[in-house]
Amino acid sequence: MTDELRIVAVNGMLGYGYELASLEAGIAAKPHLIGCDSGSTDAGPYYLGSGNALVRTDQIYRDLKPALVAAVKNDIPFVVGSAGFAGAKPNLELALEVVHRICREEDLHFKLGVIPSDVEKKVVFDALAAGDIQPMPSAPCLTREDIEHSAHIVGQIGTEPYISAFEQGAQVVIAGRSCDTAIYAALPIWRGYDPGLALHMAKIMECGAQCGIPLAPNDCLMGTMRNDHFLVRPLAEYRVCTPESVAAHTMYEQGNPFLLYEPEGVVDTRDAEFTQLDRQTVRVAGSKYMPSEKLMIKLEGARRVGARAFTIAGARDRHVIANLDAIEEAVTAAVRRNLNAQAREEGYQLHFRHYGKDGVLGELEPSGVAPAEVGILIEAIAPTQALASYVLSLARSSYLHCPFTGRKATAGNLAFPFSPSDFEGGDVYEFSLYHLMRVKDQNALFPVEMETI
Amino acid sequence: MPKLGDLASVIRSKNAGPFQVTIDIMFANAADYRRVLDASTFTAAEVARRYHIAERDVAVIAFERVHAVKITIPRRWGTRGSGSAGDRDVYGAQQHGPLVDLEIA
Repeated sequence: MTDELRIVAVNGMLGYGYELASLEAGIAAKPHLIGCDSGSTDAGPYYLGSGNALVRTDQIYRDLKPALVAAVKNDIPFVVGSAGFAGAKPNLELALEVVHRICREEDLHFKLGVIPSDVEKKVVFDALAAGDIQPMPSAPCLTREDIEHSAHIVGQIGTEPYISAFEQGAQVVIAGRSCDTAIYAALPIWRGYDPGLALHMAKIMECGAQCGIPLAPNDCLMGTMRNDHFLVRPLAEYRVCTPESVAAHTMYEQGNPFLLYEPEGVVDTRDAEFTQLDRQTVRVAGSKYMPSEKLMIKLEGARRVGARAFTIAGARDRHVIANLDAIEEAVTAAVRRNLNAQAREEGYQLHFRHYGKDGVLGELEPSGVAPAEVGILIEAIAPTQALASYVLSLARSSYLHCPFTGRKATAGNLAFPFSPSDFEGGDVYEFSLYHLMRVKDQNALFPVEMETI
Repeated sequence: MPKLGDLASVIRSKNAGPFQVTIDIMFANAADYRRVLDASTFTAAEVARRYHIAERDVAVIAFERVHAVKITIPRRWGTRGSGSAGDRDVYGAQQHGPLVDLEIA
């Protein structure tokens, strides 16, 4: 085992950008690994369902190119996790296309390890039947239909398949949906460092310089793994880490700030000590690893629920604003009356949101202040785009002209900012799976595909 | 009486996965942190009332080291998780509102 292992996190999300000077400072420190997280469930189920990325391909290209070129030319292993955002086959292919394009342009050659994260439906059916599936907190119980109707199902890759890729000589690893921690923890664990420290450091690194001051998911962070502690330091000269900023980051986006649940075990950070080492650097020690008896892989699935059409308009008339509920009840009934039996049978949803009143919080909104104007979002979801657009069209015209008690502005209830007023929102998805599956062999579930470029 | 939003230096919400929202409330000093934790108005039951959920679904975890309190609740919007039909806040980033004006007694 070497004295220390230096790791550069390019940023918190490939495509969000980073400062080239930070990357150069990282390369100058002769790191043993450069890594980058590229995905999340944060932006919702659409990206997994459709196979599209959250960021544009041009953004991936812009962020990937300097890091990949520097890594390959300096012989530094390079890892991208959750490629293409959701990690399903089309997401991964989209990211790989960018990698190949850069390699052609820059004449780069290396051994590439690709780790797909798609999980076959049969595997999930069998696990469900065997009682090996449990929902994540607040997620619904899984049914056969949820699996059957999923457009894509992926599992979050843990550290083992990454290690397998390194063992097979991969210089660059492009992986599907991954535990954020696996990207940065696999190499130190493989080299024999303490898994608790490695996973804790990885958890901090996966957001780039988000743990720094000023915080920045779009900048580089250096992590240094040592025997009994690790260091984190922002790579921009003007950014610093403090014990508070690093400790506070441990609680970010986590249901529990003290326990990090990973496929292979749990990291307990309750006894972790954070100390300022120099102006920019924080030293962390004391995180403990408790291996789990069962290997649990988190599954994510998305299924299409229909297509969306929407329009947005303003209401400024106080009588309209006072009668939104009555108007919408009438509109809902009018839409239903105007649809033929077949369209009604196909099914549709009509939603209204009132921005300026309770658009964000709905019934939870505590303020109760009467607004001067309200932004009204009318949304229709139906099995086809044609039906969604038709339902929206009926709702929009009905809303505009809807009579109500006390109406004085009889020419129209809504102020439309645009012509045309109606927009097609495309396919709507929902998370069909967010569950843990007991797995015996992670390497069998996520086999590495080696390729020489 | 001061409000939670006045005493906190950071009050934010964010998804913890597609089915839960986690609210971080951070304080600039131990006194403010302690004052909120000890307040009779700052309870899981009050959080449950404000989010129209059952008290057993509210987790309140104090994080002494950084003078912060984390509250984790089930996501309130969307028919099935973040970004599903009927959602109002895909990232869960604006769901702390009901707690900001909580009076700290």
